[in-house]
Amino acid sequence: MNATAKTSAGLTKTRSDDRYWSQLGFGGWVIEILKYAILLLLAVSYLLPFYWMFTSALKDDPQVFTVPPRWIPNPAHWNNFFDAWTSQNFNLYFVNTVVKYAVPVTIGAVVSCSVVAYGFARPRWPGRDPLFALCLGTMMVPGQVTMVPLFITFRRIGWVGTYLPLVVPAFFGDAYFIFLLRQFFRTIPAELSDAARIDGASEWVILSQIILPLAKPALTVVALFRFMNAWNDYFGPLIYVNKRAQWPMALAIENMRGRLYEVGTKPLQYPYLMAVSTLVALPILIAFFLAQRTFIEGITLTGIKG
Amino acid sequence: MTPAVRRPRLSRGDRREMRIGLTLVSPWLLGFLLWTCYPLAASVYYSLTRYDLMTPPVFIGLANYREVFTSADVALVAKNTLWWVAFSAPLGVISAFLLASLLNTRIVGRSVFRAIFFFPSIVPAVVTAMVWQFLLNPQYGAINATLSALGFSTIPFLSSPTYVKPTLVLIHMWAQGSAMVIFLATLQDVPRSLYDAAMIDGANAVQRFWHVTVPMCSPVVLFNLVMGFISGFQYFTMPWLLTQGGPNRATEFYALYLYRNAFLFLRMGKAAALAWLLFIVVVAFTAILFKTSGRWVYYGGETD
Repeated sequence: MNATAKTSAGLTKTRSDDRYWSQLGFGGWVIEILKYAILLLLAVSYLLPFYWMFTSALKDDPQVFTVPPRWIPNPAHWNNFFDAWTSQNFNLYFVNTVVKYAVPVTIGAVVSCSVVAYGFARPRWPGRDPLFALCLGTMMVPGQVTMVPLFITFRRIGWVGTYLPLVVPAFFGDAYFIFLLRQFFRTIPAELSDAARIDGASEWVILSQIILPLAKPALTVVALFRFMNAWNDYFGPLIYVNKRAQWPMALAIENMRGRLYEVGTKPLQYPYLMAVSTLVALPILIAFFLAQRTFIEGITLTGIKG
Repeated sequence: MTPAVRRPRLSRGDRREMRIGLTLVSPWLLGFLLWTCYPLAASVYYSLTRYDLMTPPVFIGLANYREVFTSADVALVAKNTLWWVAFSAPLGVISAFLLASLLNTRIVGRSVFRAIFFFPSIVPAVVTAMVWQFLLNPQYGAINATLSALGFSTIPFLSSPTYVKPTLVLIHMWAQGSAMVIFLATLQDVPRSLYDAAMIDGANAVQRFWHVTVPMCSPVVLFNLVMGFISGFQYFTMPWLLTQGGPNRATEFYALYLYRNAFLFLRMGKAAALAWLLFIVVVAFTAILFKTSGRWVYYGGETD
C-alpha cells in the first residue's frame, strides 16, 4: 500500500499530506500503524457498550441468556422497540421529561443567564468583578450541601411531587452557563455596543438588538446543554418527583431495571430495557452528531481560561 | 474608555452605572441568596437539631456532629470516598489527557474518533449504568460470557468487594468526554514555535511531550483536577444505580450515605451535619490544591 492510497481514504488530499507520508521512514511507519491500531482498539471498546445495548434490544430471551454471547441478533426483533415503549406508559414519561422539565428549564436558563452574563461582560460598574468572582465561586459549592435545607423548604411550600423545585431555580441563572456566555459576549467587539450607547440606546436595547443576535451560537450551546442535562437527569427527579404519573423517563427506566430481579419476572425484560434505553439515548446521540461543532466550541469556551 | 481611577466615594454616574449593573445581574444575585446562602445558613441550624420532617425540629446541640465523628459507618464511608477521589480524579484527568494527545496527532478521521470518545459522557447515566450492569453480568454479560466460552474463569466485576471500585474507576475513565475536549482545544493552542525550538535543540518526541506539552497544559490539568475532585466527593448516580453501595458496602460513598440519612431514614439533622462537613472538606481540598499548584502549574504562556 502506498502513501497516497492511505490518505485518499479519508480527508481530501493535500500537498503537505503527500510530503508527510513520503517522508516517513521505517520507524515512522511503525509508529503510524501502532497509532491507528491503538485508536481503533479504543474506538471499539468505547462503542462496545452501545453496540451491546442496541443488539440486545433486538434479541429474544434465548438469545440474551446464551454462552458464548451472540454478537449479531438472529432473528432480529425490530418490534421490540415499539413493544417496549408501550409496555409501560413511556409516552407519558416522555411528555413529562420534555414538557414539564426540559423545555421550561431550557427557557429559564437561556433567558436568565444571557441577561446576567451581559451584566458581567459589558457594562462597567463598581463591584462587578468581585461579584463575578463570587458567582464563579458558587460552582465549588457541592449540590449535596444545599440539598437538605432546600428539600425541607420546598416540602413546606408544597412543591415536592412536582417539577417546580427543579424548574424554578433555573430562572435564576447558573454559574457555569453565565461564565460560558460571558466569555462569548466579551469576544463581540466593544465598538458595536459603545456606538449604540452614544446614540442613547439603553443596556436592554444593546443586549436584545446587538449582543443576542450575534451570540446565537453560544445561546444554542446553553440551550442544548441545559436541555440535555434535564433529559439525562436522574438525581433531581429521584428526590423531588416521587409520583409515578409525574415520572421522567430516567426514573421509569430505573424502575424497569429494578424489577429485573423480582421473582417471576415476565419474559423479554432485558431486551425491553435495552430497547427503551436505546430510544432514550438516541436523540442525544443524534443531537450531538448534528451539532458536534457547537458542542465542542461550547465546552472549549468554558475550559480554556478557566 | 473610562479611566480606572478609584474615587473615594461613588459619583452620581458611578451609582447610576452600578444600579444598571445590579439590575442586570439581579436574577443571579437573588438566586444566590435563595439557593446558596439561605440553604448554607439553614443547614447549620438543621445540623444542630433532630428533625424527621413529621415533627418540628428539636435542638440537640452538637449531638449530630458527635455521632458523625464517632460512627464506624462514617469512618467506612469516608475511607471509601477518599479512595474514590484519590484514584478517580487523577486517573480521569490522565485518561482525558492521553485521549486528547492521541487525537491531536495527525489522524485521518479525527472528528469521527472525537465523537466516539465523547459519546459516553453525554448518554444518560441511567442508560450507561444499565448497559454496564448487563455487560459485566457474571453469567451472560458479554465480557464474562466470552471469557467462559474461551475457557477462562469469569471476573466478578461488580459483585466482589475487591474488584468493584477499580471497575467503577474504569467506567469513570471511559466517560471523560468534556475534559478530553477541553484538553484537545488546549493542545491545539500550544504554539508550534515551541515544538520547533525544542526540535532544533535536539529533543525527541517523548522529551517534547514532557517539556513542552505537559507544562503548557498544566493550568487546564489543574482546572480538570479541581472539577474531578469536587464531583468525586459527590459521586452518587453510578454507584447508586450499579451497586447500591454494595457488595459488602465497598461502594458506600459519602453521597450515598448522606442520601440514605436524609431521604430514607429521614434524619435531616444528621444529613445536614454530614453536608456541612462535606462542604468544609471540599473547600479545604480545593484551597490546598490551588495553594500547592504554584509549584507545578506553568502560567508563562498566558496572555490577555
